Amino acid sequence: MRGFIKFVKKETLHILRDSRTMLIALLMPVVQILLFGFAISTEVNNVNVAVVVPKWSEDIRQSVNKLAANPYITYKGAIAEHDIDRFLRSGQADAIVFFAHDYDNIIQQWKTNAAGKPSMQFIMDASNTNVAQAGAGYLGNILAGELQQSANLVETHMLFNPQMKSAFNFVPGIMGMVFILICAILTSVSIVREKETGTMDVLLVSPVRPLSIILAKLVPYFALSCINLASILLLAHYMLEIPLTGNLGSIIIVSLVYLVLSLSLGLLVSTVAKTQVVALLVSAAVMLMPIVMLSGMMFPIENMPAVLQPVSAIVPARWYIEAMRKLMIQGAPFGLIMKDFIILVFMTLGLLAIALKNFKDKLQ
Amino acid sequence: MRANDTTQYIIEVNELTKQFGTFTAVDHISFNVKRGEIFGFLGANGAGKTTAMRMLCGLSYPTSGSGTVAGFDVVKEGEKIKRHIGYMSQRFSLYDDLTVMENMELFGGIYGVKSKPLRDRATSMLERLNFLGEKDTLVGSLPLGWKQKLAFVVATIHQPDIVFLDEPTGGVDPITRRQFWEMIYEASSQSTTIFVTTHYMDEAEYCHRVSMMVDGKIKALDSPQNLKRQFEATSMDEVFRTLARGAQRGD
Repeated sequence: MRGFIKFVKKETLHILRDSRTMLIALLMPVVQILLFGFAISTEVNNVNVAVVVPKWSEDIRQSVNKLAANPYITYKGAIAEHDIDRFLRSGQADAIVFFAHDYDNIIQQWKTNAAGKPSMQFIMDASNTNVAQAGAGYLGNILAGELQQSANLVETHMLFNPQMKSAFNFVPGIMGMVFILICAILTSVSIVREKETGTMDVLLVSPVRPLSIILAKLVPYFALSCINLASILLLAHYMLEIPLTGNLGSIIIVSLVYLVLSLSLGLLVSTVAKTQVVALLVSAAVMLMPIVMLSGMMFPIENMPAVLQPVSAIVPARWYIEAMRKLMIQGAPFGLIMKDFIILVFMTLGLLAIALKNFKDKLQ
Repeated sequence: MRANDTTQYIIEVNELTKQFGTFTAVDHISFNVKRGEIFGFLGANGAGKTTAMRMLCGLSYPTSGSGTVAGFDVVKEGEKIKRHIGYMSQRFSLYDDLTVMENMELFGGIYGVKSKPLRDRATSMLERLNFLGEKDTLVGSLPLGWKQKLAFVVATIHQPDIVFLDEPTGGVDPITRRQFWEMIYEASSQSTTIFVTTHYMDEAEYCHRVSMMVDGKIKALDSPQNLKRQFEATSMDEVFRTLARGAQRGD
């Protein structure tokens, strides 16, 4: 036990003296949260809109005023019909609203019969599909909203994230990534470094049990990750105003399981890799890429090709991120994430068993 | 602490063999090492030196054969052997980002030396080397020669019965090598057994006895003087060339 504490102290000194790595490890989550929370956003703002009005009327004037007043829209003014193409091509407008010649009549027909011809046309620049889709949505809501409501067609409620903040969606993803980075990559690099410098040989010749060498290595990285978990949760709650209502305990428990899982992954990589560079490459290729691509962090799993969907099921981050979204954003009770939790626990046990077995085999 | 003081031999090896699949890395070697002896373990790359040494250190199980190190069985008591030996790797492996003292305390602590005696011993060892002033220096900033000496000190800080030195003088200049051998002699005079592998044939002359390994077998074992007489050679280099001429493996 005394030897174990000495080892933990040694590992802590390694981390503390490598100030650059420590800085990266502690600041990276903060920077990512701030970036995704404020700078990088999938929300579409400032859609440039111009209108074509063949015949002005009071109704049209009101609609255009509503358009111009909307914060998501930048109103570019009324243009002539033959300028539409030029405006879209030059990028001066992302969308054109083309009002019908007999707009007032059509609206009147709609109001009496709840049926009729289209009253306006949206012409979108779809070279950026995100802007085109979001823009068409905004325009539909702003301009047709009144009409739809009067016809009592559809009423939409955005639950859990009424302002549709993309940061809400990203925070769980960032957590899934940061813990893999710190636990798995830093741990594996640190173990492989000892192989490279030869100190591992010296340790293995000593009476210390190989398992305690490894466990002592995991302790400081686990502590570092706990600090990160705390800072991410604090930032998420106080800066991004994610509610985190009432289930902080569940969030922490699931996260701790995920930390152990990441540490096991790191251990596994370290048994395979012989040099620090290989450890880094393996970690990046085998862990980071699938997390970004397949975990649902950025791209919805439902949209993936059928072949890739089962593949995403073996990416642990998928289940963690799914559970975190339910817990942090929906405020779901623990029972609802039971499936994710059980899958994570089994993955952790499996990985840990393989890693430890591999580690022992390598020693022979 | 000295285990089994009654036998004259601290290492006894009988027909020790290690096979990896069909490849026989170490082929039925037998030899004994006396207490306090400086035993040179020579051979070309790939001759099986490292594999043999790993078995003696309790890191690897022999396929067949038997042996004892410090009175413990290499097959069954590897963990006990580890407590009684010291090991210095060819890269003078220490932690660059720990200080001289922190390295000594870590490795002493691993072998269960208590804090107070450990500190005293480390201080006196550094004092003897005129190196006490550098005890709080990070090892990474030391010159190679000092790292080498420090690695030896660290390997012997728990006063082991035997120290295994794996090519301990690679990459350092002749003067530093000479100083290093003086340290080895001093340790040997305090009845620590030294088991050293080396490439430098002039260093073989410093050993009490030398074994020469070729293709997994021990081809010769005697004092340097006797070997030179036996092979009618003027230097150990010549002895080695004669023996290694028929080698199949290595370079």
